Amino acid sequence: MNAPTNRVIVDPITRIEGHLRIEAETDAAGMITRASSAGTMVRGIEIILRGRDPRDAWAFAQRICGVCTLVHGIASVRAVEDALKYEIPANAQLIRNLMIAAQFVHDHVMHFYHLHALDWVDVVSALKADPKATSELAQSISGYAKSSPGYFSDVQKKLKGFVEGGQLGIFANGYWGHPAYKLPPEANLMAVAHYLDALAWQRNVAQLHAIFGGKNPHPNFVVGGVPCAISIHPGSNEPGASSGATSLNIVGLQKVQDIIHQMRDFVDQVYVPDTLAIAGFYKDWFKQGEGVGNFMTYGDFPEKGMADPASFLIPSGVILNRDLSTIHPVDLNAEDQIQEYVAHSWYDYKDGKNKGLHPYAGETELNYTGPKPPYAQLDVDQSYSWIKSPRWKGHAVEVGPLARVLMLYAKGHEQTKELVGMALKKLDLPVTALYSTLGRTAARTLESKVIVDAMQTWYDNLIANIKSGDVRTFNEKMWDPSQWPATAKGVGHMEAPRGGLAHWIVIKDGKIDNYQAVVPSTWNAGPRDAQGQEGPYEAALKGHQLHDPKQPIEILRTVHSFDPCIACAIHVTDPEGEELIKVKIR
Amino acid sequence: MNEPDTLGASLTRTGISRRSFLKFCTAMASLMALPPSAAYAMADALQRTQRQSVIWLSFQECTGCVESLTRSFDPTLEQMIFEMISLDYQHTLQAASGTAAESAREQAMKASYGKYLLIVDGSIPTKDGGVYSTVAGISNYDMLVETAKGAAAIVSVGTCSSYGGIPHANPNPTGAVAVTDIIKDKPVMNVPGCPPIPSVIAGVLAYFVTYGKLPELDHLNRPKVFFADTIHDRCYRRPFYDQGKFAKTFDDEGARNGWCLYELGCKGPTTYNACATIKWNGGVSFPIESGHGCLGCSEPNFWDKGSFYQPLPTPLADNAPVIAAATLGGIAVGTVAAVVSRKHQADIGTKEGK
Repeated sequence: MNAPTNRVIVDPITRIEGHLRIEAETDAAGMITRASSAGTMVRGIEIILRGRDPRDAWAFAQRICGVCTLVHGIASVRAVEDALKYEIPANAQLIRNLMIAAQFVHDHVMHFYHLHALDWVDVVSALKADPKATSELAQSISGYAKSSPGYFSDVQKKLKGFVEGGQLGIFANGYWGHPAYKLPPEANLMAVAHYLDALAWQRNVAQLHAIFGGKNPHPNFVVGGVPCAISIHPGSNEPGASSGATSLNIVGLQKVQDIIHQMRDFVDQVYVPDTLAIAGFYKDWFKQGEGVGNFMTYGDFPEKGMADPASFLIPSGVILNRDLSTIHPVDLNAEDQIQEYVAHSWYDYKDGKNKGLHPYAGETELNYTGPKPPYAQLDVDQSYSWIKSPRWKGHAVEVGPLARVLMLYAKGHEQTKELVGMALKKLDLPVTALYSTLGRTAARTLESKVIVDAMQTWYDNLIANIKSGDVRTFNEKMWDPSQWPATAKGVGHMEAPRGGLAHWIVIKDGKIDNYQAVVPSTWNAGPRDAQGQEGPYEAALKGHQLHDPKQPIEILRTVHSFDPCIACAIHVTDPEGEELIKVKIR
Repeated sequence: MNEPDTLGASLTRTGISRRSFLKFCTAMASLMALPPSAAYAMADALQRTQRQSVIWLSFQECTGCVESLTRSFDPTLEQMIFEMISLDYQHTLQAASGTAAESAREQAMKASYGKYLLIVDGSIPTKDGGVYSTVAGISNYDMLVETAKGAAAIVSVGTCSSYGGIPHANPNPTGAVAVTDIIKDKPVMNVPGCPPIPSVIAGVLAYFVTYGKLPELDHLNRPKVFFADTIHDRCYRRPFYDQGKFAKTFDDEGARNGWCLYELGCKGPTTYNACATIKWNGGVSFPIESGHGCLGCSEPNFWDKGSFYQPLPTPLADNAPVIAAATLGGIAVGTVAAVVSRKHQADIGTKEGK
């Protein structure tokens, strides 16, 4: 046992998706010596999926998360398509790319302004800002139109009324005035104004999903294509051919174009300049919060279909120990590569808690051994989380924006190299600054730029196909389960905003025999494994100096830099059925 | 800290004109199908009082419900949380974490005891002492019971808190239940949907803020104004159903001409919700308009009613005597089916409410 230490517990971690608890042990000086990351909610969606129609799985899987609302739907239809060798039409691929890209940009902007910003932006300090100086600041970093003194004065007046009214609502009990807040009042006011602007912007750009998928959150998908028939009939005068019968008509497509412009403008004029401006005041956060130093991507945005990884915009691979010169290939089907461990998770394996299992052979037996609620503290030397610990060839790896930017950078992607170079030059930082809390946050911003810029080409290609008379969006060839093999298995992978995501499915007699999702926040938020290797959150928090353990803003900064999605991270597969589930409460 | 302002004083202070405020109230009144005078009632009520305190508890959920609320166009989330309500505890949006967050909840409960509105998203796991979901070390069950005590009313937002939702789907590994399975002594309104339509969540909140009570509810505790009709009854593709014109795949001629999606498994005929009228995301579309059948996501147990692509067993027609029986190969049709469907709903409701 360790010597007695102080323990700082943060539960709930707010401004995330899901239920996350951090228990950090500190030395007498307030430095974190060991951190433990615990997911405290489980639903068992993979148990629920067993025995169902594989074509329905996307809808269940999608409800794993309503923030990254599209990703589990995509991973699920790709898993079924991989299992059945089911090809989708070119238009469906383009529409999926547009939807995934829209999810990325929407999600990243919302993360920055609505989930992460309040770790760096002191809302109360904004009241002291001079609107005219704020306007000058805003105009010095961007050509964004909303930058007049009157605009900032209106926002400030609104904020003042709100604060002086005495009902602080969502801003109640924030760590306002904490010395860790470094922005001048003008930068705080600018960020608060953009917090509000981003709320309005996200509402508009989410309409892209609604046009293709009928609604957002939780747009619809279909195995074999996309469920949005194109109601444009080029050159057709036949009776009954009514243009405009579905939302994917001339008006809808024009709206999609408008949204692509809105997304690009906001990224260029607000998100990128704000990130760099705010980061400039927090350079010490480019020196801490790295984590495990290993990074993995699965790759995404195919030009020519999932079977041709060479055509992916984002490549796949593993980087170990920051060595960008060697990219290790990832094989999602190889039994010895991706394995999940439960040494410190509330599950049992048949052959003992220390073994690792590949997702196709994944097994899970819920076995809660934590304290009976209400509890004050977890026993972090035993099991302490509903999240498992996935490992690549035994290594803890980080997934997400930093992993993707490093992969693009290492593989020589020109735009990424330029963007990284531009950001580092502006901030006067070395490349190694990327391996940090704010490096992760900046990587999220930079990859948004890469992705939003790619959207126009996919849109143009879609329009060109439609003009040439190709309006196919669905392949009915394998739709009928009677044509399926008796058994099949497949893996569907994607890059989700929070990192590499994959679903493994085993199909037997037309039904789901086994289903397993290993998601980005499982990789990042998982607990220590059998060897005692920490997960990326835990490793990243180690060494943080807490200014005031009662106001642990440092913990929030680094945890939020990963953009936790905890409902995603926790998953349950139980090959033997419900009766295996047992719970020990002590 | 100062004594909290009334909303009227706060609006004056924040520079929002009565005219723009009335416009907002009119939009809300029209959405809720209230008479025009209600806009003035709403405006007066809102200006008299402090912003309504709202405590939002998130249990076994995916955050899709609060994400949905952020997509509301009229009113916007900004209007709601800065002008209409005081969102005193909400994990996704609130600045404070950990003990600071929990004390925000305790402060709000104390300050507005008996008056705050409690919103719940997510189901509550009851198996094994509730170990399957905790916040701040407290089981969801205990936190719900504790927080419900001082609530004026409770709104279950989403199918999970209304009916149990996906965690409740067979075999319900964690013993997930709805709010109404636990809380019996408070008015509870269900706003189902996976997620619910943003305007519906916003509309019922505005109603409560104005009148201090829940709107009229149906047999499943849903606000009648939004859940009186099936999606099928109000669907723009309904004429094709009546004519027997059905899409057979997701991109055939019928699909591209907007024909009925019944044969692709659309659950519109048995689903009570306002998607076909209010539509989604500022009215740009709704699932059927894009081209996928309705999943029935606002219905109890919709996860366990068979495949989403399996056509409903019997064509249902309230007011379509001339149905395309020939096209459907002589399957029995009639008005009885819809009645059966409503009864089926009631049965499920009873079962859910056990």
